[in-house]
Amino acid sequence: MKKSVFLGALAASTVLAGAAMAATLDDVKARGEMICGVNTGLTGFGMADASGTWVGFDVDLCRAVAAAVLGDPTKVKFVPTTGETRFTALSSGEVDVLVRNSTATFTRDVDLKLDFVAINYYDGQGFMVKKDLGVSSAKELDGATVCIQTGTTTELNLADFFKANNMSYTPVTVQDDSEAQRQYLAGACDTYTTDASGLAAARATMADPANHNILPEIISKEPLGPVVRHGDNQWADIVRWTFFALLIAEEKGITKANIEEVAASTTDPEVRRLLGLEGDMGKMFGLDNGWAKSAIAAGGNYGEIFEANIGSATPIGLARGLNALWTQGGLQYAWPLR
Amino acid sequence: MAFANDAGEAPKDGFRLSMLIYDTRFRAITIQIVVLFLFLLFVGWLADNVIQNLAQKGKDISFSFLNVRAGYDIEQHLIPYTNDSTHGRAVIVGLLNTLLVAVLGCILATIIGVFAGVLRLSRNWIVSGLMTVYVEGFRNVPLLLWIILVFVVMSETQPEPKDFKVTQAMVDSWATPDTADDIYPAKHKILFGLVAVTNRGTNVPAPLLDRPLGTIEVATVPVSLSVLATLAVIAVSIYANRRLLRRAHQIQEDTGQRPTTWWQTLLILFLPVIVLLWAMGFHLEVPAFPADENGVSKGFNFQGGIQVMHSFTALLIALSLYTGAFIAEIVRAGILAISRGQSEAAFALGLRPGRTMKLVILPQALRVIIPPLISQYLNLTKNTSLGIAVSYLDLRGTLGGITLNQTGRELECMLLMMLIYLTISLIISSLMNVFNAAVKLKER
Repeated sequence: MKKSVFLGALAASTVLAGAAMAATLDDVKARGEMICGVNTGLTGFGMADASGTWVGFDVDLCRAVAAAVLGDPTKVKFVPTTGETRFTALSSGEVDVLVRNSTATFTRDVDLKLDFVAINYYDGQGFMVKKDLGVSSAKELDGATVCIQTGTTTELNLADFFKANNMSYTPVTVQDDSEAQRQYLAGACDTYTTDASGLAAARATMADPANHNILPEIISKEPLGPVVRHGDNQWADIVRWTFFALLIAEEKGITKANIEEVAASTTDPEVRRLLGLEGDMGKMFGLDNGWAKSAIAAGGNYGEIFEANIGSATPIGLARGLNALWTQGGLQYAWPLR
Repeated sequence: MAFANDAGEAPKDGFRLSMLIYDTRFRAITIQIVVLFLFLLFVGWLADNVIQNLAQKGKDISFSFLNVRAGYDIEQHLIPYTNDSTHGRAVIVGLLNTLLVAVLGCILATIIGVFAGVLRLSRNWIVSGLMTVYVEGFRNVPLLLWIILVFVVMSETQPEPKDFKVTQAMVDSWATPDTADDIYPAKHKILFGLVAVTNRGTNVPAPLLDRPLGTIEVATVPVSLSVLATLAVIAVSIYANRRLLRRAHQIQEDTGQRPTTWWQTLLILFLPVIVLLWAMGFHLEVPAFPADENGVSKGFNFQGGIQVMHSFTALLIALSLYTGAFIAEIVRAGILAISRGQSEAAFALGLRPGRTMKLVILPQALRVIIPPLISQYLNLTKNTSLGIAVSYLDLRGTLGGITLNQTGRELECMLLMMLIYLTISLIISSLMNVFNAAVKLKER
């Protein structure tokens, strides 16, 4: 690990930096394949299924971007990254875009020279406990042993939360999510903390989901979103607007199923611009005008992707909550496409 | 000029540039200098490339992050540390954790290795067979797997802390006169109720003083005067005991009779320390669950005492057993390198096998053993960085893990970490070289 990070950093600095700074779009087009950094395995967000196909909420966004850029949602290679290696992988040019439950923060945005182009999931950090522990609030966790994944914003939030509430805890700093779950299930820690969506996803994979409670307190803001390298504005625009295209599609009721039908019949000027029937939106950032149509056709609109991977019908069962469209009281709000 | 060589003397003519290539006396040096120059040029090119490319990305090389608040907690810290401390202090905490495992690991591995190595040469085939299984088993499986195996066994087989808890139902059952329905916690502490092994760690009693001597601050690290005083008393006792034994020896030399010293030795070694500890009010703080007035346990973990995390124990055990297997082979090789004549001569003098090993074979074998032993110690020290697999926050876990991640300074963190490991390794190897020089064959 030590060696790989270092060599990665060195390689990044020596060999790839020049290429990485140049237009990512050209690289992707020349390669004929987009490389997307995803989670090593978080049910619902990004993991390889039994047949090795990557599935998940973040994965579908990668596919949408690949469809927008290359016209084919299958032309994407997924690179699993850990909490520790993800930003190095991105800034070294190993991946073109990182969609891996990454929280947008000041230092990551400014000091790490990254750009969070959109927020695809508004999240917050929570705690999961076993039911028989008899704890109903995070404020009752004084003295508890807490399992936490290293290399994340959550370990800082955890320290702040216990400090603010004048409580003590024993941290067990675990390297990845699956090991954290193993230790939590083995009872090596009383509670497991990470983003609430991650907790729900973890609970869904456990043998006895009913015996685990997610405590009501959300102790932080965790805006999760796709990340690109700082300085390549064209590429950042493409990823951002691909995501917005999915939002607008939901807003306008365009789904994977009815997209051809809508394209043939619509008179709404914004929908016509979105589907490339009017104007030259795609050309402006170096894509063809059907970019948004391909992106939506890949996995459906934002709502469809949400429901298919993490929505209430899935074992993870997350409600839309903050991630509902702004018209339904949520925070998901696409900028006008004009 | 040409006649100068007539007397067979070295040519006295002036130095010409072409001699750098054609004169064998200079050629070797020339080649070395050229290669060195090219190598330095290559290193310079790499460094320049790194700096230029970092600058191009708008990143600089700066170690100022070491003074920034760390914001994360480390469970095992040998010096005071909170999440308000700086990243620099977190690095030191991690370094001390690394050194703790490394030092204890080297000592344990040496003990295990010497025993296993000697026993493997035993004529008893069960003993030697067992040692062969141990050595081959540990040497030929990756260390990481051993570390994880030991850790998983500890955290999966030991009871949870809540199994030690006294519940209201238990207290109620004790209150009734009928003892048949009494229920007790599923698990009890072992060793006279002093030690509790849970799936999180081993809770052992902590030594506490009622009247401590206070502490002094040395470079922001509090040093307990009580500990210093205790160590000083022990040192003086040992010195006094040696004086006593030397005097007894002298008397034996002079008169042929050895005075009885065992009770004096006991008295000198133990009485002063016991008196000092008693004066300071020494007692043990036994780990226990906090309880309310009825005796019902509350909380999540044992309070009081010292919790030795399983990550530490697992790492220490796996490292010692693994490196011990290598040391066993080195010891065996060292012993086999001593000619049979030595042990035969010792036997002829009437020495028993144990004393032959201790007095004749091992001291000579040390000369063969020490040099490869150094590299085993270095390996063990560097292998402590595998502790990350079991969440042990050593240097790799703090500086190369959390700090690296939270600050995003990969290059700086990695360089600093390499520098620290290099320094530790050089120190170990120079200390061992000093020791080697002391035991090696003195040629006169």
